[in-house]
Amino acid sequence: MSALIEATALEKHFAFGEGRLLSRRSGRLRAVDGVSLRIAHGETLGLVGESGCGKSTLGRLLIRLIEPTAGAIFFEGEEITRRPTKALREKRRAMQIIFQDPYGALNPRMRVEDIIMEPLLIHGAKSDGPTRQKVSEMLNLVGLPRHARDRFPHEFSGGQRQRIGIARALVLRPKLVVCDEPVSALDVSVQAQIVNLLQDLQGELRLTYLFIAHDLSVVKHISNRVAVMYLGKIVEVAEKRELYAKPLHPYTQALIAAVPVAHPGNRASARAARARVSGDVPSALHPPAGCRFHTRCPYVMTICRAEEPKITEPRAGHEVACHLVGSS
Amino acid sequence: MSLLEVAGLTTAFKTRRGEITAIEDVSFTLAERQILGIVGESGSGKSVTALTIMGLLPNPPARIASGEVRFDGTVLTRLSDARMQKIRGSGIAMVFQEPMTSLNPVFTIGEQLMETLRAHERLSPKAQRERAIEMLTRVGIPSAALRLGDYPHQLSGGQRQRVMIAIALACRPRLLIADEPTTALDVTVQAQILDLLLDLRDEFGMAIIIITHNMGVIAQTADRVLVMYAGRIVEEARIGALFDRPLHPYTRGLLECVPSLEQDKARLAAIPGTLPDPASRPRGCRYAPRCALRIEACTAAIPALLGIQGEHAAACIRATPS
Ligand SMILES: Nc1ncnc2c1ncn2[C@@H]1O[C@H](COP(=O)(O)OP(=O)(O)OP(=O)(O)O)[C@@H](O)[C@H]1O
Ligand SMILES: Nc1ncnc2c1ncn2[C@@H]1O[C@H](COP(=O)(O)OP(=O)(O)OP(=O)(O)O)[C@@H](O)[C@H]1O
Ligand code: SF4
Ligand code: SF4
Ligand SMILES: [Mg+2]
Ligand SMILES: [Mg+2]
Repeated sequence: MSALIEATALEKHFAFGEGRLLSRRSGRLRAVDGVSLRIAHGETLGLVGESGCGKSTLGRLLIRLIEPTAGAIFFEGEEITRRPTKALREKRRAMQIIFQDPYGALNPRMRVEDIIMEPLLIHGAKSDGPTRQKVSEMLNLVGLPRHARDRFPHEFSGGQRQRIGIARALVLRPKLVVCDEPVSALDVSVQAQIVNLLQDLQGELRLTYLFIAHDLSVVKHISNRVAVMYLGKIVEVAEKRELYAKPLHPYTQALIAAVPVAHPGNRASARAARARVSGDVPSALHPPAGCRFHTRCPYVMTICRAEEPKITEPRAGHEVACHLVGSS
Repeated sequence: MSLLEVAGLTTAFKTRRGEITAIEDVSFTLAERQILGIVGESGSGKSVTALTIMGLLPNPPARIASGEVRFDGTVLTRLSDARMQKIRGSGIAMVFQEPMTSLNPVFTIGEQLMETLRAHERLSPKAQRERAIEMLTRVGIPSAALRLGDYPHQLSGGQRQRVMIAIALACRPRLLIADEPTTALDVTVQAQILDLLLDLRDEFGMAIIIITHNMGVIAQTADRVLVMYAGRIVEEARIGALFDRPLHPYTRGLLECVPSLEQDKARLAAIPGTLPDPASRPRGCRYAPRCALRIEACTAAIPALLGIQGEHAAACIRATPS
């Protein structure tokens, strides 16, 4: 399969603590630190990892909402990293994002029709009959009633607001959609509706998804492949069944073991499986040297503290960065 | 005798749109050492149930419209503020979802722990310090003696929640109410905190009410479960029975609509519709507008929570023993 989007050695640094002379906490935060990945046409790549590991930053980098500090991004084989904004316009159209917070992401003073139409207008459409027709089609597609057009976001429930956000993201008929925790803020009974909708739309509109979430079960359900991030780096990526059945990286193993059991009968075995990883994620401001997971890893070796493990591919399509795997 | 008995509890709030009942006719009992899970989606009344038990809802706008809470034989709902204050901490303690807002940012964690100890027990300053270190160590804060002087912002989210649990347990309460104690935490830390709560129950022998919207957290921890929907208990069961033979259509929906790591599903069984607004709830069974099993009789009256099979109860006119 050819890649729709590909990134090589992407980095994004944020400056912090500037101007505070006495603060030892000043310098650069490497939110994304050397990430390479590719997403094939029509594929869903899941991206998991704990809070602050850089998932949203990576998603925003890929669709050029923010500028990378280093590295390159290719969309349909063409480098889009250092293109002037004007030349990017067509590519931008093809890359959209759906946000976690259906409350914050929509302008409260705009009618739903105008919210969904806005991206079309930005890309040169006129506010006329055909454009309105497109909005009606989108409403229908995401399962909102026609009369929703004339209402305001606060008149809708969380799930319906997320449908509005999806309609807005898809009205330009993008190819790649970054779904940044699209169901995390929703009640579970409504989460399932939105997950199903995203799957249906993917089939109908031939979409490619980067699906970001911290819920491993949802990610497993919706993805083809899954990437695991820890403190700015992708530590493992594989086809989903392979990843969940045979995780190679100790952090992936810990994440899977931490998922609450689906049935109370599995309590004891689940507990035994997760007993070994302790502690919290270290601060991203001062990541540990060598392997960033070494402060929590039950298998830590001397080399892990000194040397950063390189990405290896022990099985076709299964990549991992861990000295345990490299040395075997 | 049960440690906690809640009978017919109804709590109402004055709002701009008139009075709404946040919880209605909530009844349950809790035995010593037992872990009771309360599960339900946003707005179902989980926190209001907990806060009513703790006597922490200000009147107005809140009002206990009917029912009572009995703890260890004492009716809490009729207690003076001063006596309720004594029960909070040494009798019943509570841990909230957001540990940052419930810790005071201007005091060190050591000061806050010792403050709680002082309020309930006569201990020398040295003994206070020792107990504080002991509690912090017990909840998994490394080098506890050194961390006593830390301010809340110097700790990670998981460490703050551990400190909250240490403060809640400092006076050895007989009941701990944990309201979404892990919702704001990362999954690996969530697992550690849940395991910690189970260990502490075994060690201190307290009862726990754990409140969550996550069926997995329930599966992980509870002995018995209450399922709440739109302010009412719709199902009550022992943990195994709830997962093996859920009786209420809403409970079945909740269990089926989430993907699971253990089992692949081609498509999720979503529950249609949304939770009702408390100011305009449907007539009769509140789940009726979303229920695939609805018949006309469902909207005639609110179904009572009835024992269907032994202790297993459901509020559904179509629930039958399996
Ligand atoms: N604009 C910014 N300026 C400074 N630091 C930032 C900025 N955006 C993100 N960061 C930092 O970069 C790191 C990665 O953040 P990011 O939002 O990508 O994480 P995330 O994995 O999406 O987390 P979450 O699961 O909480 O959404 C964090 O430490 C964050 O504080
Ligand atoms: N101070 C208040 N004033 C008015 N209504 C309130 C107040 N507190 C709670 N309510 C209402 O009572 C109902 C139950 O709320 P509660 O906080 O108990 O829900 P919950 O089950 O804890 O939900 P969540 O999962 O979102 O925490 C909701 O409809 C809520 O809007
Ligand atoms: S490189 Fe070492 S510390 Fe890092 S995950 Fe592998 S074994 Fe653990
Ligand atoms: S009472 Fe009727 S509507 Fe309510 S849950 Fe039972 S079958 Fe469904
Ligand atoms: Mg994010
Ligand atoms: Mg609550």
